[in-house]
Amino acid sequence: MDAFIILLSLFALAVFLGVELITKVPPTLHTPLMSGSNAISGITIVGAILATGSGEAPGVLVQLLGFIAIVFATINVVGGFMVTNRMLKMFKRRG
Amino acid sequence: MNSMIINLFYLVAALLFVVGIKGLTRPKTAVRGNRLAALGMLVAIVVTLLDQQVIHYQIVVAGLALGTLIGALMAAKIQMTAMPQMVAILNGLGGGASLGVAAASYFTFVASESTVSGDVLLIANCAVMLAVLIGTVTFSGSAVAFGKLQEILSGQAFGFSGMKFINLGLLLASLAAVFLLVTGQAGIGGFVLLVALALILGVTLVMPIGGADMPVVIALLNSYSGIAAAAAGFIMGNTVLIISGALVGASGIILTQIMCVAMNRSLLNVLFGKMAVADGNSIDADEVYKGKVTSASPDDVSLMLEDAERVVIVPGFGLAMAQAQHAVRELADTLVSRGVTVEFAIHPVAGRMPGHMNVLLAEAEVDYDAMKTMEQSNPNFCKTDVVIVIGANDVTNPMAREDKGSPIYGMPILNVDQAKSVVIVKRSLSPGFAGLPNPLFAMDNAVMMFGDGKQAIMDLTAALHETA
Repeated sequence: MDAFIILLSLFALAVFLGVELITKVPPTLHTPLMSGSNAISGITIVGAILATGSGEAPGVLVQLLGFIAIVFATINVVGGFMVTNRMLKMFKRRG
Repeated sequence: MNSMIINLFYLVAALLFVVGIKGLTRPKTAVRGNRLAALGMLVAIVVTLLDQQVIHYQIVVAGLALGTLIGALMAAKIQMTAMPQMVAILNGLGGGASLGVAAASYFTFVASESTVSGDVLLIANCAVMLAVLIGTVTFSGSAVAFGKLQEILSGQAFGFSGMKFINLGLLLASLAAVFLLVTGQAGIGGFVLLVALALILGVTLVMPIGGADMPVVIALLNSYSGIAAAAAGFIMGNTVLIISGALVGASGIILTQIMCVAMNRSLLNVLFGKMAVADGNSIDADEVYKGKVTSASPDDVSLMLEDAERVVIVPGFGLAMAQAQHAVRELADTLVSRGVTVEFAIHPVAGRMPGHMNVLLAEAEVDYDAMKTMEQSNPNFCKTDVVIVIGANDVTNPMAREDKGSPIYGMPILNVDQAKSVVIVKRSLSPGFAGLPNPLFAMDNAVMMFGDGKQAIMDLTAALHETA
């Protein structure tokens, strides 16, 4: 139970930190913020790797679900960061 | 590697995410911020792969390779006008990934006949079921949002008056399934039922929401995908998942809030209610416009711009639909080269997702210093000689400010009518999303330049060059 309380505290503090950070992002950058934060939510990839790759003898179903989760999360991560990079490069000042 | 070192690296990854998001607060540092966040992700993935628990590499590597290929292709090919669809897909995949992780964990628990018990099992079970519920709703909701944005599905609000009760019923049934699963009274059958209920709930939640409200839905689903990731983090007690999920969840909620304020509506109103339908004393379009609308040719407008010192361009999504961004930038360049001050006034809901219009203008190489928010623009309209409204309608409607009986009363608008003259580039006098006539079009200082957005702007630029 103690571990759970620590994790819950971490979650609550991260929400507050997120609110403080995000309110400072100017409206001009809201679309890249969404695609970028989307890429960050692809952190599920860590969970997906652990769920798929670990364990003595995971069943076929677990491996299949894990594989799908890895593919989805990787698209999220790679697609999200790359498209954000593409957008942000357009926001450079014109010479 | 032992778990302490792994967790320290996860902390590094989480800090890189925070620093990365902080970089996004300024256009100058944004590219670097995004790269720092990507670096954080790389750290998290590499450390996880080095974890001794991970023993089945073939599937993991195959999944990573396939996902990288698809993600890179999507990111390179997508049109900027289609960014809302891209974000909808990414939201949905994020939710789907959390569902996959939660389901895999559930079946592992079932197979291992629960080696853990008591509180730990209870908390892990709660987290699994919440991740399944939120992840699945995000997945199917995003699919519907994508369909609407891509116009595979009708963009109109679709539904009937009892819809909210069905949604409430589905939600309660899902929560009941969660309760039965957590307390061990339901097995795999209950789990499948929960997934099915959540899939339907995602569809019925997004289906009744109309095209104009899509920015809110996209932002909200963004938030859900973060919360689902955090829930997945609680399953395995993984700190980096919890922190990142919380950051993304907060981000989505704030953007949702900003969009709702920009439309003067509460989130509940967007999700469950239609816009107040204009009642008996609804305004007749003919009455508003009859004999009062002045039409102008590109040559007339170019004469108006002759002596202008300060010009503000108000873009709406119609501009993107007409692919007129580059034409507008050329018009702005022509004016600037004559010593005119040109600004772009961007309403928060001008595009189809938060900040969308800014991206479209940036793609056409409009300087970001020239893009102004509603708060920055409104005090300066009275000092402006000519405002050019392109593809925007409801966000300039003075009824939102003056007519208490109007359904859009109270919605913050761009006060373009305070400028010396207003040019509205539009195909016809047809109403916008709100379905209301716009008294702005009939004002004495306003003229209509009828035509296709892109062609009209190009004609105007050409006319300006001729008189030069």
